[in-house]
Amino acid sequence: MRTDIRIAGFGGQGVLMCGIVIAKAASLFDKNYAVQTQSYGPEARGGASRTEVVVSDEQIDYPKVENPQIFVAMSHEALLKYIDDIKEGAILIIDPDLVYQDEIKDIIENKKLQVYHSKSTETAEQVIGKKIVGNIVMLGSFVEATGVISEESAKQSILDSVPKGTEELNLQAFEEGKKIVKKII
Amino acid sequence: MADKELFVQGNEACALGALAAGCTFFAGYPITPSTEIAEVMSRKLPEIGGHFIQMEDEIAAVGAIIGASWAGQKVVTATSGPGISLMQENIGYAVMTETPIVIINMQRGSPSTGQPTRSAQADMMQTRWGSHGDYETITLAPSSVQECFDYTIKAFNLAEKYRCPVFVMADEIVGHMREKITIPEKVEIIPRQMPEKTDNYLPFDAPENGTTPMPSFGQGYNIHVTGLTHDKRGYPSTDDEETHTQLVTRLCDKILKNTNEITSIETEFLDDAETIVLSYGIPSRSALTAVKQARQKGIKVGYIKLGVVWPFAEEELIELTKNAKRIIVPELNLGQIYLEVDRVLGKYAKVELLSKIGGALHTPTEILDKIMEE
Amino acid sequence: MADHEHKFMKYLRKERLPHIFCPGCGDGIVLNTIFNAIEMSEVDFENISMVSGIGCSSRIPGYVKCDSLHTTHGRALAFATGLKTANPKQDVIVVTGDGDATSIGGNHLIHAARRNIDLTVICINNDIYGMTGGQISPTSPQGSYATTAPYGSTDKPFNIAEVAKAAGATYVAKYTTAQPIQVSQAIKAGLENKGFSFIEVVAQCPTYYGRKNKIRSPVEMIHWLKDNTISLEQAKDMTEEELEGKIITGVYINKPRKEFVEALEDISTKISDIDPDTNINRAYRSE
Repeated sequence: MRTDIRIAGFGGQGVLMCGIVIAKAASLFDKNYAVQTQSYGPEARGGASRTEVVVSDEQIDYPKVENPQIFVAMSHEALLKYIDDIKEGAILIIDPDLVYQDEIKDIIENKKLQVYHSKSTETAEQVIGKKIVGNIVMLGSFVEATGVISEESAKQSILDSVPKGTEELNLQAFEEGKKIVKKII
Repeated sequence: MADKELFVQGNEACALGALAAGCTFFAGYPITPSTEIAEVMSRKLPEIGGHFIQMEDEIAAVGAIIGASWAGQKVVTATSGPGISLMQENIGYAVMTETPIVIINMQRGSPSTGQPTRSAQADMMQTRWGSHGDYETITLAPSSVQECFDYTIKAFNLAEKYRCPVFVMADEIVGHMREKITIPEKVEIIPRQMPEKTDNYLPFDAPENGTTPMPSFGQGYNIHVTGLTHDKRGYPSTDDEETHTQLVTRLCDKILKNTNEITSIETEFLDDAETIVLSYGIPSRSALTAVKQARQKGIKVGYIKLGVVWPFAEEELIELTKNAKRIIVPELNLGQIYLEVDRVLGKYAKVELLSKIGGALHTPTEILDKIMEE
Repeated sequence: MADHEHKFMKYLRKERLPHIFCPGCGDGIVLNTIFNAIEMSEVDFENISMVSGIGCSSRIPGYVKCDSLHTTHGRALAFATGLKTANPKQDVIVVTGDGDATSIGGNHLIHAARRNIDLTVICINNDIYGMTGGQISPTSPQGSYATTAPYGSTDKPFNIAEVAKAAGATYVAKYTTAQPIQVSQAIKAGLENKGFSFIEVVAQCPTYYGRKNKIRSPVEMIHWLKDNTISLEQAKDMTEEELEGKIITGVYINKPRKEFVEALEDISTKISDIDPDTNINRAYRSE
C-alpha cells in the first residue's frame, strides 16, 4: 500500500526537514520503502516550498505525488498553490494560524477532506520557546493524525536528523505536536 | 563491517559512490542542482588524505582532474547545465589523451541558464558529442538514489577499463531526491595498470579496439601527453593521415566494439509485449508504474530501461524488441534519444516520442494515456 | 661529432629534433635558460614534470625528456594545479605564452597566483600570436601591427609581471631573451621558491612580430628588446608617457607565504591519520 504525502509551507519553515524526517523514519526505522522529493525556487527564505514523501510497503517506482492522500499545510500561499490535485477523502492538516480555512471551504466539501488543526507555530513559540521547531511540532501532529510512521521510528529519525544539542528540544516539540492536533471535520 | 543503510540524497550518493570507488580527488565549481556533491566531497576528502579544490570555473575543474588523473589518482567532477557546456573542450582532451575521469551531470532545464532548480534530460546528446570531433563516450543514467551510488562506482571502473571520460548523467529530481541506500561491505574496484617499463616503451601502443596500461607522472616513464594527434610514442604527428585515422578509429572502437560489455538494460513484461515503453533515467520510474497499471488492464505492454545510454545498445535492443509493434519513448526533452531509437528500431516498429519539458516528471497517467492511445 | 654534442642535449628527446621553432626564435634561448637554471638549482631534473598550453612556447615541454602534459589553450595552469596537488613531490614547470597565459588563460593565471600553488611558470612573451600566424595579443604594444591589427593596436597592453604580482604570486621576475643570465637566475629562484613563481621572458618573434613591425632580423629584434629595456629601479622615477613601450625588468616580488597544497594538507593532518602522500598513485591499488 502506497501513501502519497505532500507538505507545503514557505521557505525557512523547515518543511523540507519535516519531509526528510518522515521518509527516513519510514525507510530506515520502520523498514518500509520511502522516497522524499522536493520542489523549490531560487529563494532560500520565503516563497512557496513543498516536499513530497511516498511511503509504501513495496518498492516505489514513480517517486512523485500525483494526488496526495495526506496534505500538510503550513502557509496559506503554499496551500492554495499546491492543493488542486488533492485526492478525494484525503487528510488535510493545517496550522489554523497560518491558513484561512474559510477560503478553501469549497475544496474541503467537494473533495470530502478530513481536516485536522495543529497550532504548531504558536505552540513552538509559546510552549517550547523556539519558533524554529514548528516543523517538528507539526510532525508530532502528523504522526498522531495519520499513523503513517510509527512513533518510535519518528523519534529515532528526529534524533538522527536534528543538530547536536537540540535533541531534547525537538523531542519535546514532537510530543507537544501529538497533544495539540484536533480533528475538525 | 556489514552492509550499511543510509537515507541520503542522490547527490550525496554519487559522492559516496565516488569515495567507495577509490576517488581521492575532486575539482569543481558550484552549480545548482549538483552543488551538494562538491559539498560532501569537500568534507569527506580531507578525512582520507584526499584533495578537494574549488576551481575558478568548470573549464579549470576538468583541467585539474585530468592533471590529477595523470598523477595516479581517481578523479571526479560534478556539474550541470552551463557547467557541462564549459567542460566540453577539456572532455575532448581527456578522450584524445585517454585519461580516465568521471563527470557527474545533474541535468537541469536548459538551454542557457534555463531552469536551475528543475529537471530535464536535454544534455543527453551533449554527453555523447558535446566536444568537437569524432569520439564515443560512456554515459550512465541513474534513476534512483541507490543507482547514483552504484552507477558512480561503475563509472569509475569503466573509466579505468576503457581509459576515457565517463558520465554519470542524472537530473535535478534524482540529485535532490532522498531514498534509502545500501552500501555494501565490499565494492569491486578496477585498479589502473602500471605499464611495464621497457627500453622501447610506447605509451600509446594499444591493441585494436582496446587501450593500453597508463603510467603516472613522476615514475620515470618520461611520457609526452598531448591533445594533438599523436603516434604510439605520444608524439605529435598532425599531418599523417594514417596516424590520425588509426588513433581516432581506435578511440571510437574501444567503446563501440565493446558495447555489449559496457551496457546494461533492465526489462519487465517483455515476453508477449506488443507495446514497449523504452526509457532511461528518472522517467523510467513513471514508465514502470504506468506499465504495471496497463498490465492490470490486460494490455500487453513491456518495459525497457537503459542503465547505460552511450554507447547505444543497438544489437541488444533489436533482439529485445523484435516482437513489438510500438515503442514509446518518454523523455524530458523534445526528442533526443528518440532519434537514436527510431534510427535503430524504426524499421521494425512504430517509435513514438512522449516528450515533456518545463521541469516536471511525466506522471504515470500521462504515460498510461499514451499506451492506451491505440 | 658526438664529442661536440651540446651539454643540454641529454635533456632533450633527440628523436623529436629538429624542432618546429623558426630560425631566430626566442624559445630556444629560454629552453637553454631552463636547463641552465635546473642545473644551477637544487632541483633534480629527474623530478621535473612539465605542463603547457597551446602556442609556440607551449611546444617546449614536448622536446624535454621528462613527463610532459601538452594541454588545451590557456588551461595549462588548471591542469598543473591538479597534477601538482595530486602529487606534490614533483617539481612542476609550466611553459606558456602571452596569449595562452593572459588572454584565454587569464582567469587561471590570477587564481593559480592567488592560491600560491607551488608551480614555476615561465611565460614567454613575444607580444604576438605566433602559432596562428601573427595576430594581436594582450601584450602587444599600443600602435604595433599584427594580422588582426592592420591599423595598429589601440589597446593598452598588460604588464604580465604586474598582473601576476597583484594576483598574489610569491615570486615574480621579468627579463628579456637579451638577458639570459638573469633569466636563468630568475628560473632558479622560481624553482626554489615554494609557491607560485612567475618568470616572464620577453622574447623576439622575428617571423611575425618582426616582419609586421619592420624589425627585420632576429639580431635587430634583440637590439630592439635591449633598447627598450629598463630596470624596475629606473622605472620608479619615470612618467606614464616615458614608460610607454618600455620593458621593465627585475624581480617584482619575492615574498614567500603559505603554499596551497601545504595548506590543504594541514587540514588533512589535523582531521585525519591518513598521510595524503599515500594517495599518490592510489588509482593503481585495488582496495
